[in-house]
Amino acid sequence: MTSATTAHSVVEPSAATRRFAGSLVVLYAVITMIPLVWIMLTAFKSPDDAISYPPKVMFKPSLEGFCNLFTTRSRQTPDFIRSLGPPQGLCDSIARSRNMVVAGPSNYVPRFVNSLIIAFGSTVLAVALGTLSAYGFSRFRVPLKDDLLFFILSTRMMPPIAVAIPIYLMYRTVGLSDTRLGMILLYTSVNVSLAVWLLKGFIDEIPREYEEAAMIDGYTRFQAFVKVVLPQATTGIAATAIFCLIFAWNEYAFAVLLTSGNAQTAPPFIPIIIGEGGQDWPAVAAGTTLFLVPIVVFTVLLRKHLLRGITFGAVRK
Amino acid sequence: MRSGLPFETTGICRIVDDPGARSVDAMNELSASSRITYRAVMVRPGVARRIRGLSDRTLAWLFITPTIVLLLAINIFPLLWTIYLSFTNYRANRANVPTIWLGADWYQSILTDPDIWAAMQVTAHFVIWTVVIETVIGFGLAFLIDKKFRGHGMWTTIILLPMMLSPAVVGNFWTFLYQPQIGLFNYVVAFFTGRDASSFQMLGDVRLSPWAIVIVDAWMWTPYVMLICLAGLRSIPDYIYEAAEVDRASKWRQFWSITLPMALPFIMLAVLFRGIENFKMFDMVNLLTGGGPGSTTEVASITLKRAAFESWRTGYSSAFAIILFVTVFGLANIYVKALNKVKSR
Repeated sequence: MTSATTAHSVVEPSAATRRFAGSLVVLYAVITMIPLVWIMLTAFKSPDDAISYPPKVMFKPSLEGFCNLFTTRSRQTPDFIRSLGPPQGLCDSIARSRNMVVAGPSNYVPRFVNSLIIAFGSTVLAVALGTLSAYGFSRFRVPLKDDLLFFILSTRMMPPIAVAIPIYLMYRTVGLSDTRLGMILLYTSVNVSLAVWLLKGFIDEIPREYEEAAMIDGYTRFQAFVKVVLPQATTGIAATAIFCLIFAWNEYAFAVLLTSGNAQTAPPFIPIIIGEGGQDWPAVAAGTTLFLVPIVVFTVLLRKHLLRGITFGAVRK
Repeated sequence: MRSGLPFETTGICRIVDDPGARSVDAMNELSASSRITYRAVMVRPGVARRIRGLSDRTLAWLFITPTIVLLLAINIFPLLWTIYLSFTNYRANRANVPTIWLGADWYQSILTDPDIWAAMQVTAHFVIWTVVIETVIGFGLAFLIDKKFRGHGMWTTIILLPMMLSPAVVGNFWTFLYQPQIGLFNYVVAFFTGRDASSFQMLGDVRLSPWAIVIVDAWMWTPYVMLICLAGLRSIPDYIYEAAEVDRASKWRQFWSITLPMALPFIMLAVLFRGIENFKMFDMVNLLTGGGPGSTTEVASITLKRAAFESWRTGYSSAFAIILFVTVFGLANIYVKALNKVKSR
């Protein structure tokens, strides 16, 4: 047999198999990327190019979508526009070429800021609570431990709309309706179950001997937790935080049902960006693109821990 | 003498940590006998607490209680409230109307309501088709990626992107792709089938719209199934295949007798997670079709949202929410049992 002379194991796929598998996977990846690339291209199209048929792959890039995303405009008579001074900035000149003037900033920035505050606030809280609980479950003999852990996981199984009904009533009673604090608490409660489960897995992997050695050196249990366990768990905590951040960033059901203005985040806002005569697709695409970029970055950072995150730590690879 | 201390102490710690090895009294006796062992006794968690810092038990409760309190306040209390409301005629938009206890009336009317059963059928159609398509394509992709061609890491990350995005934002931009006149999807389909791009409406046609939401869900979540399946394939040790090669088992036979059975627990895990998630599906469908046209894509969560936040039938929708919740829980439990059976085989 010729294989005796090669260094490869008999189960290694042949070069031809690899090439075949590779080309199929690349084909799938390319097809699956088309919608995303398309939306990002649309962000740089003029409204006319965005709705042309057949769809345009080559087009003259325009920032009109971004301008329309960040501003509100009002239609004016050509005479009135001529009576104004020179246009202020790029967006104003684009608007004037369409017989409009920039009336003011749009709501996108405040919604984006809400998304940031709520996502970061709930992530910090969920990870802080999750780390403490995970350490508690990992190291101490807690009565009914398995039941408590299952209870924590089960809270995540509830359909969001079912949770939203009583939360809506509860927040209305205590004055948390449409507030950032209310949304932060709600997202924290959803994320904390993921945080506990993921972090318990990460902390379980840190040998107990490290803390024991520290305690021999005179640390209390709490000092050992802060000075020995936490530094060891940094990677796990960071990965968990990114998962919580992505969930809170992407969340829509609670946001659309429980917020209307003050605390509204970007996901419920992006779909309702309306231009004259229907949906302003370049502006929607621009808002979508800006909203998705952080997620793309985080996904690349997280790629080693993705599996763990999406299975609640059940599969560790 | 000091330099030798750590070895001595850790040694004794081990013995003492062994549950039931020695009582505290025995340890105190031991401590009296030698200074070295006295240090060792100090580090034993159970004894150390009397000397310095918080006891382990106090610390455990301090660490765990905040999480439990938060979940009780924002998950369990509302759940109990929902259960209470489901037995009443309460309406959130008419809070001043006196609340009347109705007993199980809502449950009875929901379980006999043909509209609810239609919504459940739509949900079942959506769940079954998405899970089947995602599992087949996802497993196929994982199988191909497991061949470890050059650059497979980078391509895997690219494939994974859709599942990290916001389902609402995804649903919204797919409505753009599905536009009959200008949408890319219609253009591509027309290009390959030779039909007119404006001759069909993915979101407006009662026959096509259920498939429109299945396609978007499959686009988004196939990578999820792929990732879990890939972990399953990678968990199969090489020596099993080597043994099969020695026995001259064909590749076909190896796939059915080794690959598939050994990856099965992982596949089932993926099916479980996708099944539960899609049973609750709301955001993507709400933005794609909003349940329409008519109620052809009205999955259970949309029905619930319409009853709760559009017609404000709070009591009725609470009862429906509880029914959904129990269904998810029941299905998940049955499935987990099946999963454990597969695992223990």
